[in-house]
Amino acid sequence: MIESLLANLETLLLYLFAACALAGAVLMLVLRQPMRVAMALISTMVFLGGVYGLLGVHFIAAFQVLIYVGAVMVFMVYVIMLLDPRDPALARRFSTLLIPGVLACVALFAVFGWALWQTPAAVPGAVAGAPFGLAQFAAAFLSEYWLHFELTSVLLVAAVVAAIAIIDINRRERG
Amino acid sequence: MDKVHLLQSLAVALFALGLAGVVIRRNVLVMLMCMELMLNGANLSLVTYAHQMGSAVGAVLVFLIFVVATAEIAVAIPIVLLLVRRKHTLDIDAYTDLKG
Repeated sequence: MIESLLANLETLLLYLFAACALAGAVLMLVLRQPMRVAMALISTMVFLGGVYGLLGVHFIAAFQVLIYVGAVMVFMVYVIMLLDPRDPALARRFSTLLIPGVLACVALFAVFGWALWQTPAAVPGAVAGAPFGLAQFAAAFLSEYWLHFELTSVLLVAAVVAAIAIIDINRRERG
Repeated sequence: MDKVHLLQSLAVALFALGLAGVVIRRNVLVMLMCMELMLNGANLSLVTYAHQMGSAVGAVLVFLIFVVATAEIAVAIPIVLLLVRRKHTLDIDAYTDLKG
């Protein structure tokens, strides 16, 4: 019993992490306070990091935790703490598009799920479970996709300039 | 249900839930977080197929999505703060100046 459980431990953990990530995503839609929504999103991201780790792509799991949870969500949490907790927007959770939105979500899931069901699990040309490590990723990144790598730095500089410009608008308006 | 189908279904569910969140929630910050959830769903799909194909190309794309998500947040958060300072609320219904 225990041996078979240990043999299937990886699959069990994968199911567990997937279920927890989904539960976090559902909680994001129903919780009222933005801070709780942020915590639900952080838990979803951490569980997705666990899923990536179980798939064997450890460096993506590390990026997920470092960049998403460590940078993006910490920034988000700080902003939530800056804002007024007595905001009237917190009293009413849902917009007037609640029912169409939920119906569209269900329809989208149904269409994608149907399309997924039609495709065979094995992609043509797939090497079953062949792992790729950080070395292979880094070599592909810096030899074949170096232009994209450079373009990301341009994008980040553009984002920083845009953020400074927005802050400048703010400052000019206040005099 | 095998692993690829399970993870792809999860990716689709995360994307659909994120889209629903953008449509049905009122709070601008929560909408931004739901957009992050959609990006996470797309990432999961890419990682699953990259893992199955055993190629690093999908991982490169995932890395680029990380960068795009970071840039998006870096620009979106100051805009939200500016809007809040002007309208004194996070409610999306208050921001009707951009009509037409």
